[in-house]
Amino acid sequence: MSKALDLITRVRGVRGAMLVSTEDGLVVAEQLMEGIKGGAVAALAASLAGRLGRAMEAAGTGTSVFWHLQAEQGALLVVPGDASGGILVVAVAEPDVNIGLVRLELLRAAEAVV
Amino acid sequence: MSPQTRAVESWTLRPLTDFVREASVRLVLVLTPAGQVLAQSGFSRAVDVMSAAALAAAIVASTGELARQLRQQPFAALSHQGPKTGFFLATFVTDRGTLAVLAAYDLDVSSLGLVQLFYEQLAADLKAATPKGTVPKQVLAADFERELTDSLNTLFGR
Repeated sequence: MSKALDLITRVRGVRGAMLVSTEDGLVVAEQLMEGIKGGAVAALAASLAGRLGRAMEAAGTGTSVFWHLQAEQGALLVVPGDASGGILVVAVAEPDVNIGLVRLELLRAAEAVV
Repeated sequence: MSPQTRAVESWTLRPLTDFVREASVRLVLVLTPAGQVLAQSGFSRAVDVMSAAALAAAIVASTGELARQLRQQPFAALSHQGPKTGFFLATFVTDRGTLAVLAAYDLDVSSLGLVQLFYEQLAADLKAATPKGTVPKQVLAADFERELTDSLNTLFGR
């Protein structure tokens, strides 16, 4: 698991990566820079995953495979649990991070943890 | 304020209302380790409040004794998760003594992580809101039934 997170955090601009239990919103593994509240990010990301999953289902779009939430001072990138056996793969990144590269590493990490 | 959230001690109301909204919990009790209820949310029957408070107080007492026998500090929190519902019970110390929070949540609208996260905020808010320099009122055996009836009347808006 730590190797999977290593590959994500090696990407320039990534400030941290976590594996989060989708069901209970608890951190399974994390590699975070100081100042990032891992427990809070995990709980809120898992809650969001549940709500987004229901929204996608209601919209008839099928399950989501990746989300990217862009904020002024950073970004949250997530591969949700369905693709990784109940584990969310989460990255917290700088606003100008290479999204494509992080997405690739998140999907690889999701495959590795299944 | 949610119509289902009521408090015997008014300083508990705002923190509890915020906790219920943010953690999306279904039932909450704020009580003393003796089982005296300070506030409740989500309960519709007095008998359920009394049962839940008595059971929560018993769990706090038994886990506290277990910790004592293991020469440990009292357990900070206890979580029990079933297929659809989770329970969370934790204690913290305020200027008015130890308080316990019992929360029940549905797994399809909340999670242990979310409840733990906002419980920390609830405990901090309750510690900050605790009236300073006051001693909690002791309930004497002779007044117990009247005190209990008054508390339940307040908790259910009667």
